[in-house]
Amino acid sequence: MDFVCNFPFFSILISLFSGTICSVLPEKAAKAVNRIVIAAVGVMSGILLLYLLGTGESFVYWMGHFPAPWGNEIRAGILEAGMALFFCIIMYLSMAGGAHKLFDEVEESKHNLYYILINLLLSSLLALVYTNDMFTAYVFVEINTISACGLIMIRQVGRTIEAAVRYMIMSLLGSGLFLFGLCIMYDLTGHLLMSNIKESVALLIQSGEYQIPLIVSVALMCIGLCIKSALFPFHAWLPDAYGYSTVSSAAILSSLVSKGYIFLLIKIIYRVIGFEIFNNTRIIDVLFVFGLLGMIFGSLSAIKENDIRRMIAYSSVAQIGYIYMGFGMGTQAGMVASVFHILSHAATKSLLFIAAIGLTEVSGGSRKFIDLTGAGYRNKWAGVAFTAGSLSMVGVPLFSGFISKLLFAQAAVQVEGKMLAALIVLGISTVLNAIYFMKTVIRIYATTGDTSYPCITFKDMKVHAIVLLFFIVLNIILGVSSQPIVNMIEQGLAMFA
Amino acid sequence: MGPNLWINYGEAVAAILFCIGFTNLLLQTNLIKKIIGLNIMDSAIYLFLAEKGYIAGRTAPIVTDGITSVEAYINPIPSGLVLTGIVVSVSVSALMLSLTIRLYIRYHSLDLDEIAAQLKKEGR
Repeated sequence: MDFVCNFPFFSILISLFSGTICSVLPEKAAKAVNRIVIAAVGVMSGILLLYLLGTGESFVYWMGHFPAPWGNEIRAGILEAGMALFFCIIMYLSMAGGAHKLFDEVEESKHNLYYILINLLLSSLLALVYTNDMFTAYVFVEINTISACGLIMIRQVGRTIEAAVRYMIMSLLGSGLFLFGLCIMYDLTGHLLMSNIKESVALLIQSGEYQIPLIVSVALMCIGLCIKSALFPFHAWLPDAYGYSTVSSAAILSSLVSKGYIFLLIKIIYRVIGFEIFNNTRIIDVLFVFGLLGMIFGSLSAIKENDIRRMIAYSSVAQIGYIYMGFGMGTQAGMVASVFHILSHAATKSLLFIAAIGLTEVSGGSRKFIDLTGAGYRNKWAGVAFTAGSLSMVGVPLFSGFISKLLFAQAAVQVEGKMLAALIVLGISTVLNAIYFMKTVIRIYATTGDTSYPCITFKDMKVHAIVLLFFIVLNIILGVSSQPIVNMIEQGLAMFA
Repeated sequence: MGPNLWINYGEAVAAILFCIGFTNLLLQTNLIKKIIGLNIMDSAIYLFLAEKGYIAGRTAPIVTDGITSVEAYINPIPSGLVLTGIVVSVSVSALMLSLTIRLYIRYHSLDLDEIAAQLKKEGR
C-alpha cells in the first residue's frame, strides 16, 4: 500500500488533535494553526484525488489490525477525496472571508474556542466522508451536530441561543431516528461495516424475509438524515440559525454541515442498501415529493423575507429541495445532478453569505432591504460578488447554477412519470429564485439610496475582496468546465458500487 | 405478526418508549421536559440494543473459569455500542442543559414559545 493511502487517516487525525492544541495556544497562534490545518488537509485530499484518478480504484484502509467483519475501516474513492478537497476549499475561504466580522461579534476570550469548533467540525466532516462503518458515522454525526451548535451560539445574543436550542432539538430528533434505524439494520444483518451490510441486505432481499423491518430501518435512517439536512417540512430552525450567527458560521453551516449529512445519505444509498434496492422502495417517491415542495415553499418564504441574511437562508431550503428531488428520480443521472448541485450550492451559498456581510457593513449594520438600497455602489466588490452569486442561483449560463439545473432537467427527461412534475417545478422554482434574487440585486444597485453611509474601497477590505474573487472564480470554474467534474462524479459513484 | 410481538415484547416496549420520548422532544414547549424526552428516546434505543444483544442462558464475554467455548458467551458488540451511545447522549444532554440555563438567565422562562415571543418583542 502506498504512503498516500494514509492521507485520509492523517487528515482526520490532525484536524481532531489540532482542535485540542488550539485551546491552549494564544489566539494568533490558534488562528494560524487552524488555517494551516485546513490548508494541509486540502493539499492532502488533492494529492489523494490525483493518486486515485491515476489508479482508478478505491481502497480500503484498516483502522487497527483487524480484518473486515471485526475491525473499523476507512474507505477512499474519487468522490470522497474530491468532496474532502472541496470542503476544505470552501471552509478556508469562508474562514478568511468572515474573519474580520468574527472579531466584532464574538467576545475576545472566545476566539480560541471558535477555532477548536472549526477543527472539530472539519474532522467530523472528513470522518463522515471517509468512514466505512455505520456506527462510526453515527458518532461523528453527533460530533458534527455539537460543533455546529457551538458555531451558532458562539455569538452570544438571545436570537442565536434560541436558534441553537431549536437546531439541537431538530438535530437530536434526526440522530435519534438515525440511530434507531441503524440498530434495526444491525439487528437484521449482524454487521456494522457498510460493505458487509450490503451483502447481507442483498441476501435478505433474495430470500424475501424481513422485508418490512428492512424498509422501516432504511426509512428511519433516511428521515433522520433529511431532518438533519433541513429538508422542507423540517426547516423551521434554519433561518434563525443561518441568519443570526456570525458570518463564517452561516457560510460553513449552509454549505458544509448539511452537505455532510447528504453525502452520508448518498453513501448509505449506494454502499449500505444498494442503489437498485433503494430505488425499488417507495422512499424515493416521498423524497421526490418533499424535494419538490421544498423547492417551491423555500422560495416563497424567501420572497416574503425582509432581511437579506434570512432570505439567503430560506433559499437554502429550496436548494436542499433540488438535491432531494435528484435522489427521488431514482436514476444515475439524477444522482449525478444532485452531487453536482451539492458542489454548486456550497460554492454559491457561501459566496452569497460573505458578500451579504459586505453589503450590510456599508448600510450601518442593518440587514433590512430598505437600508441596503444602493449598497452595491458603496461597496463595489461585495455588490459584484452578490450579483454573481445571484446569477448563479438563478441559473444563468457561465455560472455553476446553470449546469446543475441543466443536469436536473436532463435527468428528469429520462424518468417516466416524474418528468412533468420535475420540469414544471424546476421552471416555477427558477422563476421564484429570479424574483427574489433579482429584486435584491436591483435594490442594491438603485440610485435612490441613503448617501450618508460611508463607502468602502478595495484598500479597506483586501482579504474580503480577494476571498470574494476566489469564490466567483470557483463558481465560474464549476460552470465552465463542468464536463470533467461531471465525469469525475460519475466515476466516483461507479466506485461506490 | 401477533406471536412475534409477544416473543419480542422487550423490543416492542423499546419502540413504544422511543415514540414517547420522540413526541416529548418534539412537542413539549418546556425545555426541561424536552430534555427528559430526549433521554427517554435515547434510553429506549439502548434498551432495544441490550434486548437484541442478550441471549438467554449465556453470560458476559469475560473468561474467568477457563470456558473458552463461543457458545457460553454473548456477543459483546451491542453492549459496546450501548456504552458509546450513552457517552454521546450524556454530552448532548449536558449541552442542551447549558443552553437552557443561558436562555433562563436571559429570559426568566423555560417555555420555548414564551422565549420566542419575548425575542420578537425585542425585535432584533
